[in-house]
Amino acid sequence: MMNLLRILRGRNASAPVARERLQILLAHERGLRGQSDLLGLLRAEILAVVSRHVVLDPDKVIVRMDRGKNVSTLEVDIEVPNGFERSIAAAAI
Amino acid sequence: MAKVLVVTSGKGGVGKTTSTAALGAALAQMGESVVVIDFDVGLRNLDLVMGAERRVVFDLINVVQGVAKLSQALIRDKRLENLWLLPASQTRDKDALTDEGIRGIIADLKTKFDWIICDSPAGIERGATLAMRYADEAVIVTNPEVSSVRDSDRIIGMLDSKTVRAEKGERVEKHVLITRYDSGRAARGEMLSIDDILEILATPLLGIIPESQDVLRASNVGSPVTLNNAASAPARAYIDAARRLMGETVTMMVPVERKGLMNRLLGRRAA
Repeated sequence: MMNLLRILRGRNASAPVARERLQILLAHERGLRGQSDLLGLLRAEILAVVSRHVVLDPDKVIVRMDRGKNVSTLEVDIEVPNGFERSIAAAAI
Repeated sequence: MAKVLVVTSGKGGVGKTTSTAALGAALAQMGESVVVIDFDVGLRNLDLVMGAERRVVFDLINVVQGVAKLSQALIRDKRLENLWLLPASQTRDKDALTDEGIRGIIADLKTKFDWIICDSPAGIERGATLAMRYADEAVIVTNPEVSSVRDSDRIIGMLDSKTVRAEKGERVEKHVLITRYDSGRAARGEMLSIDDILEILATPLLGIIPESQDVLRASNVGSPVTLNNAASAPARAYIDAARRLMGETVTMMVPVERKGLMNRLLGRRAA
């Protein structure tokens, strides 16, 4: 049946492939859209909290989400300058 | 009540500027007062497509920065007295375009025109977000091709979140305009069909502009296609789309080229 359809439509019927690829891709991308805002929000709040205690370069705060099938991981990578404990100690006094 | 309409797409080269000029001219031909604004700072082209490139003195950024008054920057069309152009500048400094500046200009234009049509630059950067920022309605120009449909989907997401209307919990009325459509290729399954595109984007259709040599011919001579040859297939499609923007119910169809008998026999295109 599929072969018959293919013959009727001609061999160049690539539109169904385009349609299917788009549907899968957009379902994925629409799912990510809300999330990218979540990551931005998390990053901003983490930055604000940590900055209260440590002097940070905002560019060195990286928040990443990896989605797995059963579990997803949230990775927070914050680079702090050496000697930051001293500034905390100073602040405590 | 003045309406702010953004013509946008995400992807470049799909026909935003052509569509802005054609829809603007079609609305003006229907008696509406129309201003078309080029938001493509650095790469302006609406002036060229409208045939006004030699009359640009002041531009959008000059007005934003207070160097020129709005009335000094507006260029009246030579053919239609109720069609005006606000050109983009060719400066490379895109930061000169500010949200506040645009808000002021649009508020001012709303008191003078029925339609304010914003021709968005390609991409999703500042120029594109500012072009859509104050829109009441949006025309999303889409080619029947995967990358264009994907980018349109992205732009639809932005229209639903980054516009002033969206932030106020209101809706920007969105329409898809399909350009460069070849019904023969779609029927043979070589090109995404109208139904495919509409189902994927879940947005109502404003019109279907057929692939046509008339579009290139009109831009070559600097005239919106609806003015250059109103009887041509793309012009009729744009005029139908403009009538739908005005709220008329117009049966959706893909206009076809009208060929004379001799041309048809010889297999030539009408010149």
